[in-house]
Formats: sequence, C-alpha cells, structure tokens
Amino acid sequence: MKPHLFQYIRAESTQAAIALLEEFGEDAQILAGGQSLVPTMALRMANPETLIDISAIAELQTIELSDGVLTIGAGCRYVDVLNSDLVAKSAPLLCQAIPYIAHDAIRNRGTIGGSLALADPASELPACMLALDAVIIVESKDGQRKIPAGDFFQGTYFTDLAENELLVAIEMPEIASNQIHKFYEISRRSGDYAISGGAFVLTHEDGCIADARLAYFAVSDCAVLATKAGEALVGNSLSSEIIETVSDIAAGEIEFFADLYNGEAMKKQLTKVLTRRMLTKIHDGMN
Amino acid sequence: MDPSYALSFKLNGRQVKQEVSPRTSLADMLRNQMGLTATHIGCEQGACGACNVVVDGKTVRSCLIFAIQMEGAEIETSQGFEGDPLMATLRENFANRNALQCGFCTGGMLLAARDLIKTTPKPNREEIREHISGNFCRCTGYEAIVDAIWKTAHEALDLEGEK
Amino acid sequence: MSGPYENTERHTQFVGQDKPRRNAVRHAHGRGKFVDDIVLANMAHIAFFRSPYAHAEIISIDVEEARNLLGVVDVFTAADITDICTPWVGKLDHFPGLRSPEQLPLANGRARWNGEPVVAVVAETRAIAEDALELIDVEWQELPAIVGIDNSRSADGPLVHPEYDSNVAFVMELTAGDSKDAFANADVIVEDTLELGRQTGLTLEPRSIIADFDPSLRKLTAYHSTQTPYQMQDIFTRHFNLSEENVRVISPDVGGSFGMKLHVYGEEMAAVAASIRIGRPVKFIADRMESFLSDIHLREHKVHARMALTKDGDILAMQVDDATGIGPFSVYPRTSAMEGNQALRLMGAPYKMPHYDGKLTVLFQNKAPTCQYRAVGHPIGVTTTEHLVDLAAKKLNMDPFEIRRRNVTTQDMYPLKTAGGYILERLSHEECLDKLEKLMDYQALRAEQAELRERGIYRGIGIGAFIEITNPGPAFYGVGGARISSQDGCFMKLEPSGKIRIAVSVTEQGQGTETVMAQVAATYLGVDIDHVDVITGDTERTPYGGATWASRGAGIGGSTVMIAALALKENLLEIAAVILQGDASKFDIVDGEIIDIATKRSVISLSELGRIAYFRPDTLPADYHPQLSVTRHYVPQGTPFDFTNGVQASYLEVDVETGIVKLLDHWVVEDCGIILNRQLVDEQIRGGVVHGLGGILFEECLYSPEGQLMSATMADYLAPLANEMPDIHIAHCETPTNMTPLGAKGVGEAGTAAAGAVVLNAVNDALHPLDATLRTTPLTPERILTALGKI
Repeated sequence: MKPHLFQYIRAESTQAAIALLEEFGEDAQILAGGQSLVPTMALRMANPETLIDISAIAELQTIELSDGVLTIGAGCRYVDVLNSDLVAKSAPLLCQAIPYIAHDAIRNRGTIGGSLALADPASELPACMLALDAVIIVESKDGQRKIPAGDFFQGTYFTDLAENELLVAIEMPEIASNQIHKFYEISRRSGDYAISGGAFVLTHEDGCIADARLAYFAVSDCAVLATKAGEALVGNSLSSEIIETVSDIAAGEIEFFADLYNGEAMKKQLTKVLTRRMLTKIHDGMN
Repeated sequence: MDPSYALSFKLNGRQVKQEVSPRTSLADMLRNQMGLTATHIGCEQGACGACNVVVDGKTVRSCLIFAIQMEGAEIETSQGFEGDPLMATLRENFANRNALQCGFCTGGMLLAARDLIKTTPKPNREEIREHISGNFCRCTGYEAIVDAIWKTAHEALDLEGEK
Repeated sequence: MSGPYENTERHTQFVGQDKPRRNAVRHAHGRGKFVDDIVLANMAHIAFFRSPYAHAEIISIDVEEARNLLGVVDVFTAADITDICTPWVGKLDHFPGLRSPEQLPLANGRARWNGEPVVAVVAETRAIAEDALELIDVEWQELPAIVGIDNSRSADGPLVHPEYDSNVAFVMELTAGDSKDAFANADVIVEDTLELGRQTGLTLEPRSIIADFDPSLRKLTAYHSTQTPYQMQDIFTRHFNLSEENVRVISPDVGGSFGMKLHVYGEEMAAVAASIRIGRPVKFIADRMESFLSDIHLREHKVHARMALTKDGDILAMQVDDATGIGPFSVYPRTSAMEGNQALRLMGAPYKMPHYDGKLTVLFQNKAPTCQYRAVGHPIGVTTTEHLVDLAAKKLNMDPFEIRRRNVTTQDMYPLKTAGGYILERLSHEECLDKLEKLMDYQALRAEQAELRERGIYRGIGIGAFIEITNPGPAFYGVGGARISSQDGCFMKLEPSGKIRIAVSVTEQGQGTETVMAQVAATYLGVDIDHVDVITGDTERTPYGGATWASRGAGIGGSTVMIAALALKENLLEIAAVILQGDASKFDIVDGEIIDIATKRSVISLSELGRIAYFRPDTLPADYHPQLSVTRHYVPQGTPFDFTNGVQASYLEVDVETGIVKLLDHWVVEDCGIILNRQLVDEQIRGGVVHGLGGILFEECLYSPEGQLMSATMADYLAPLANEMPDIHIAHCETPTNMTPLGAKGVGEAGTAAAGAVVLNAVNDALHPLDATLRTTPLTPERILTALGKI
C-alpha cells in the first residue's frame, strides 16, 4: 500500500500555492492535513503527479473575529479550532462537532479546509457550514471568490472549487445571543462515520423559533439543509408536537443515500430520531 | 528508482539528517531508514493507531504524513521519552497489568495514554476508553489497558515536574 | 492418567506471583522484534497482482512491461513455478469424502475469489513492486460468482469447480439416540434459522515472512509470523523439495495470530518460491487491504435448528442442519471442514441431551477461503444451542438460569459422552451457574430491568453455557494424516551460574507462553522464576513439536516442561549427591539451593554445583559424567481433548429507536482446571470475549452480489474499539484434568465461545416485550430496527 511517486513542493505562501496550482493544473493536488488524501494515495485511488503542501503557510492558519464575522483560515487544524476560545464563543457548533471527527491523532493533523474541499458526504464540517450559513472563500490568480456554503457543496466529493483555486478561509456570522447551536450524530462506534448526523442553528424570539437551519450529513450525496423542516419550525415554540412534525418533515424531504451498512430506510428512520432528539435537547436547554 | 531529498529534523531529542523519497511515509522512514521499529504499521490508513508518533508536540499518525514534510520538525517516537517519568510509569504499569499481549499496538497506545494524562490528569474509565478508541488492540479486550492507564494517572505518581 | 507422573504432587508455587511477563516488559520499551523489523542484506520485496473478479478465467497474462521496470527483480505466474513448488490439497483422512482441488501459490488458469494472488512481482522496494503491478495486463473472462450460501447450495446454479458435480465440499452427519421419536413425543418444540456473518482475523501485525534461500547449500531460512514453525518447516521441505535439516523457520515476535497464522497461504509460499528463483532474501508483509482480501475468513454459517423438550423443560433432542460457506478451497493443511465439524459436535454439549441428529454441509463459494480461527466452531454451536434454550425458556415461562440448571450435565454423570460424540472427563456446570448468579447479582438486575422497562428503556440479560475444546491430542490431526505434531519437546539445561535455560516447542504470540513455561520450570525445579530463560519459535534451536494453537500451550507445553524439569532435577540431585558423597533421595532443591530435606538447610547452591560440574569435574569420581541438560517429550494421553466449561452473561441496553446496542456489563465464570497464572488466564478470557463481542455486534466481511469484498479497510470493517467494550468480570472454578500431569487445561477459546451467544440472548431478551427476535449476525442497528418493524 504505497503511493505513486510524485513531485513534492512545499508552498511558503498562499500566493505561491496559487501560482503552483496554475502551473501544474489538474496534475497537482493540494496537501493540507493529508488525513484523507494520504490514505487515498496509499490505495492508489488518488495519484497526483505533484503535491503542493500548504501545511506550512502561516497565513492560512489564523482565526479572527471582526465585525461579527468569524474567519477561520483553511489551514487550521481541527485541534486548533477545537481549542480556540474565539471559536468556542462565536461558533460553538464547531467545538461541539469536532470531537466527533475520527480520533485525537487525526484531529491533530486534519484541517478545516481539507475537509471542506474534499466534501465527503459523511463529513461533519460541511453540514456545520450549511447550518452556520458560512461562506467559503477560494482564491486563484484572478482573485477571491466568496461562495455560500449552500452553493459550494454540490455532491459526493464534488464542490464548486475550480482546479486553479485554493480554499483559503471560511467566514461565518458570530453566534447571536438568541441563537442556539446544536450538533449530534449517531454512529456505531465512537469516531466512526455517522449513520445520521445533524448540525442545527436555531434563532428564537419571544419563545418562538424565528429561524432554523437544520443541516444533515452522512445521509445523502452531500451535506444537506432541510429547508422545509426549518420553515415548519418558524413561528412555533418547541412543543413535542411540533418537534415530531418537524422530524417527520426532515425525514421526508431529504433524498437519502445508503452507505455500506445502512439502507435508505435506516437513514430516514435515524434522521427522524436524531432530529427529534436534538430539538428536544434544545427545548430542554431553553427551559 | 525514486529520487531522494535531504531533510533535517529533530528526532527523540537529537538533530538528524535523512534522505527520503517524496512518497516515503514518516512511518516508513522511521522504521526502514532509522531503525525505529517500535513505530508499527498496522493499516497505512490512519485507522489503527499503531504508528502514532508525536510531531511538534501533537500525537499524529506517522502513516498519514510524508517524511518529506518533516523538514524542521520535532519528532518523538514511542522509543524516545528518555527520562520522562510519566512514560516510564506507563511502561511499568502496562507490563505489570499485562496491558499488552502481542505488543504490536503498544507503542501507539502508550503515546495515546500519555497524551490523555497530560491533558486530563485524573481521567475516569470512560474518558480513558473514549481517548484510546483511536487505537486498535486485537489481543487484550482493552480492560487491562484501561486499568494500567488509570493506575498511572491516579496512583502515587508525582507528575508535577512534568506539567 | 497413568504413568510415571501419577503421584507427582501438583505445585503452583509461582502461581499468583504478580511478576510481569518478561516479553511484556520488552514490548513496553519498544524492544519487540517482528518480522517486518528484520532487514537482511540484499533483501527484495514481493507484491501481488490480485484478481479483481470473484470468478474469472485467465485468458492471458502480459508481464513484459512490469518486468522491464527499473528496480524489478522478478515477475512470475503459477506456470513459472510449477517446477519449484508442488501443489497442495486441503484434505484429511478423518474427513472422508472432503474434496478440494489442488492449489498453487498463485491462481492457475482461473481466479476463484476477489483478491486471489495471480502474479508475483519482486522488486528492490515494495513501492516499486506496486508500481510494476500496474503494468501487468491480464485478459479475463468473467464467470458467474457463487457468493451466498443458498447460492452455492442451489442444485442448478453455477459451479465453483467445474470438475465437481456440485459446490458441496463435504457432508457430515451425526446421530445419537432417536431424535425423530423424541420430537414426536415432545411437549415443546422450538426452532429457528440463524445466519451468522463471515468475519476475519484482523491481527494487528499482518501476515509476514522473509524467505532467505541460500542456493549454495539449498538451505532455506524463513522468518515467519506463524504460530506453528514446525508445521511450516515440514511444508516448505516437502513442497519445495528441500531437505528437512536445511529448512529453518524462525518465528520472532508474532503480533497476534488467533489461528489465522496457522494456515498455508499462497503469498508466503510465493515468497519462498521467489527467494529460490532469485537467490536473495524476499520479504512479504501483507498490507491491510491484502489482509482483508486474503487472510482466512471464518464462521459464515446458516443453521436451521430445532430443540425438543418436555413440559418441565428437560431437553430431549436437537436436530441441526448447518451449512457453511468456505470459499473456493479447503485450506491446507488443517482443512476447512474442522470449523463445521466442531460446530456440529458442540450443539447441545453442555446439556443432558440424549437424542441428536446433526448434518453439516460445507460449501464452495467465490469468496476468500475460511478456516480455523479462535474458538473454532464454538460460537456457532453455542449460539445456536443457547438461542434455542432461551426460546424454550420463554415458551415454558422458565427463568434462563432455571432451565440451564435443569439441563446441564451433572457431577454424577462423568465421564460421559456428549450427543456430539465428545468425551467429557469432568466439568463443573452447576458450580459455575451458581457462581455466576451471585457474581452478577442476577435478581437485582432482573428487578432493574423490569423497572426500566416501565420507563421505556429496553435492557436485556443473556446467559449461556459452553464447553471448550482444549489440549488436542494425537487423535486430532495425526489420525487424519496431517504432519502436525501433537507431542511437544523441551530441552532444559543448567547454566554454570546455576541459572536455567529452556527451549520448548510451544510458541508465544502474546498469550504469555514463555512466562508460563518459566513458571512451571521454576516450580518443578525449585528455582526462582527470574532465573529461568525460555527460548521458543525457532526450529533450529528448539525440540520439534506442535507449537501453540487450539489451547494446547499451557496444558501440553506446560506438561512437557514439567517432566523435563523433574528429569533435570533428578540429575542435579544425583550430581549433588556425588559431590557431597550423600544420598540424592535425602536432597531437594529450594530457591536454587540443594537442601537437606531433614534439616531444611542448604548443602550446596546450584551455582556451586554448576561450577564444580562444568569447570572442576576433575574433582569428581573417575568416569562420572554429570548430566547437566535434559530433553523430554510429552505425548497427550487418553481422550482426544480436555474439555473446559463455563458460563457467560451479558447485560445490555437496546436503543429501540436507533438499533444501537450498548453493552453494560459482561461476566464469565469458567473452569480451565489448575490455573497456572491467574492474570494471564483472565486476560486470555477478556481478549477472547471481545473477539466474540466484535463478531456479534460489529464484524462482517461484506461481499457484493458479484463477490467483491466491500469491507476491506479498517474504516469499513468494524472491529471492537475500547469505547464500546464493557469491563468484563471473571470468576473461576478449578476442576483439574487428570489427563495431563500438570492438571491444566486450555483457556484461549473460552471467552470467544459464548460471548456472542449471550449478547444475542440479551438483545432478544430486551426486545421480547416488543415481540422481536434477532437471528442474523452481526446485530447491526439496521437488522435490529428491521426486526422491530421500524424500517
């Protein structure tokens, strides 16, 4: 299980990385944390001729909050995000989600940008981006593009990222005082891919839900926002009846994809249960 | 044949140089070029934890890192930690409690255990089980490992100088 | 038992001493030496082009481009090595009618499973060998794949081997009493069909070998991660036409084996062939994907079983129809009929069951071959039996303890022959059940279960009894014609310093074999355990023997060491008597000192004895030749096996909305006879239990309908990790066997034997109020929700 031979280039800056992408085109691949890419290369299912290592680029590893917008550099490792007080305060959803990602040693190396660019349908972070209404910032020699998360993730391992673009950062609104972040997933073993997982951002006013972004992962071809379920919550308080209804709507609107062990019906059932349990937890926390 | 590139880094406290092919994993370099064979390769997919090493203070899978990325890095393997009282106690308790049978997972398990006690000085059994769930052991059924880590963390070990 | 050791007092002097295994200390310090840690000069690496199809005709193979790649040393196919390696067949005489075609290291003409090795590439590095694999061009004609058990059994379906009239490899029938009559007169009949999923071994150290052939002497040295170096020495000798004294097999540290490293694999044989072809050392280290594709798999069974009982709950009879899929070949040299054979014989074995009809059908398929693995056949026999016992208990409204107490074989019945034909010397089922009930505080758990059920929480309690096959004697493989030794040997010497060195033919894979052998030697010689060094795992440095498998190490190996220690002791006492001009019968050895029995005083130390005997024999009488080392061999006597017994219990919670099972507690009460080292015994049990828990909840080799292995990484094949495993409580009963001088039986299979069965019973107990029954394993959340009718 040894990869193809490749050319290795360590990029010292974002601009250098972008220039290298331009130079090597489709034969090049970005190496960030490598926690998905390296095993895929070992299996010879990914065979880039050139690896552009961006893991040393300090400017991609910053976390900043300004004007109510949290910006996380794509090169930040999971562990950096998890341990960031700034993230804990302004986007607690991410701190709830990251402990579910694989195990410690993987979280010490894997990066936010790497996970988003890969767009594994079972990955936790794309769903978080949907729920947080985040913007994915990509950059090429032509400058930056800011892509709403909802447009960025387009299918299994498929995103809006062009060949010559580097994912450089994500931006998301700081959590408001009337917002609740909730993350949860159901898996067979700790650290496994989920059977169904959810990342919810709820906004409440006067005891009623004013906005609800219910995002799911590991259930479809990519992370998915249950918009009808979200709309059904708006204007309601979290009664057990509305929770049941919304759980049914979520389970009804998602196009479920089977995985190796769980068929579509299983995904649907667990999504319904997951939604109910998450909303119930939120309700319990509010009171 | 593969090209090779010069590399300089710190390994178990000593500055060293190596020449590596770009496709050589950190695990393969440590094992095949530097003789540090206690870093075991169990899956080359990042799933088993037997190849855990510490890079720049963080425990990582050496099978998921290319050696060539290690320019300027500080690497510690399970064979390092000379004079580290926590590692010494873990080793002793692992052996005494029979927290290893075949010994193939042990190096990675010791690093995971050390990490946990560093961040959570008095972990309970559930925390220990959760933390070592990134390390696969086929022999013990884990209980003896949990016992050995618990004993290390909870019993008469002065780690103050360590923290 | 009769013979010279009949009256030997049983000592357990070093039992319970909390001394760590010396090899555990070594491993904890990173000082292990596994095959992949060994680097030989001029060593090449081998990799394999594997069949992408489950079943396909090889039309042509083009290796020219691969051969021309810089760094490639050799490329060969099956046809290229027929003059080096003779084919093998996995048959034994005691399975009459078992059939399986000849095999070569590489697929010859036709590939029969996804992952079967087809072409070998030898190169300067493993990476270059893998580069070359991509340059190999094979033209295939895909054939229909036979995947499922029913698929294989179908009378008019495609055949795995066109030369045979069906896909049946072997059929066996067992009969005891008259089960038809028993069923006709039964008050209660329960029946069910269980489908047990295929698993794999997943040792953390993969299969490994370095074959080092010296053409100048035609001498082969193999550094091989195997449990059984002597068997491999024999196989390399015969199949590569070598001379046995020129074949040395060394097993350094072995990173887990569990039976998986007992068998002959094409890749290892190809590595030897490669070394013979190129005259250089050749290393094969299976990568994880190769392990999933080509290590033996195990336990794919579909069992239809019935049990007949009286209205009082007495088991009258079982009728069992067990079909098992073994892949395309019966594995050499132990055969793939053994698992089904033992499964069939273990049905109902803990119980007074007078009538039995069992039928085993062993079927070929286009999947990886299956063979013996930890607790061979036990989980199938125990799960089937205990599932039926629980079905009967529910039907009769009896408590699971009560029905088992009523039916287990009792002290007044031994020795006895089970319905499956096993002869049991003496077991302790009743005592084990009593101990378990107390240990788990059964009544309190039942109360808690009932209370939680009111609140919509579904907890279950599962109980299961088992017997375990250990200490296999000559009647096991010997009578079947396999050159697998059932005897073991021990060489033991006094070092001049008074220390002891022993070389023994049982091997170590982490069980603690070397420690236990040191304990036995120390105990029976009368020396400190720290003064005994043990050598294992090298055919050139140890006596020939059977090695370690089927829970034979402690019982048979330990007995071998014991008689060697007694023989050496006799010699040492005689030497002391000569030196001191005394009477050997008045002396004993305690703590490394020869003592006068009457005064308990030391008369000479072993170190002084060693000094005189080795360096100053001139001070001894003329023509006196002190015998300072001994070799002894031990052959297990009496019945073919020594059986142990035990009972396990599981307490768990089923999330009836998600199908996730949370294991809360697990108990084992078992009886392995004399316990030589409590900690090692307990950890064998715990490790074994977790193998069983993995099998019942997580592990499954999933194949597509086309025969593609889909769970071929550790992310997709789910094995137990620490977080999902419970603590395991253990208690013991001790019924020594009189079959071995040491009185110890084996313990390696006990944990695995019943762990899955009790979890199945506990899940079904939890779901009983919801009228759901699980009968397909592993018990995945999807299967549980399907049984509950939720999906």
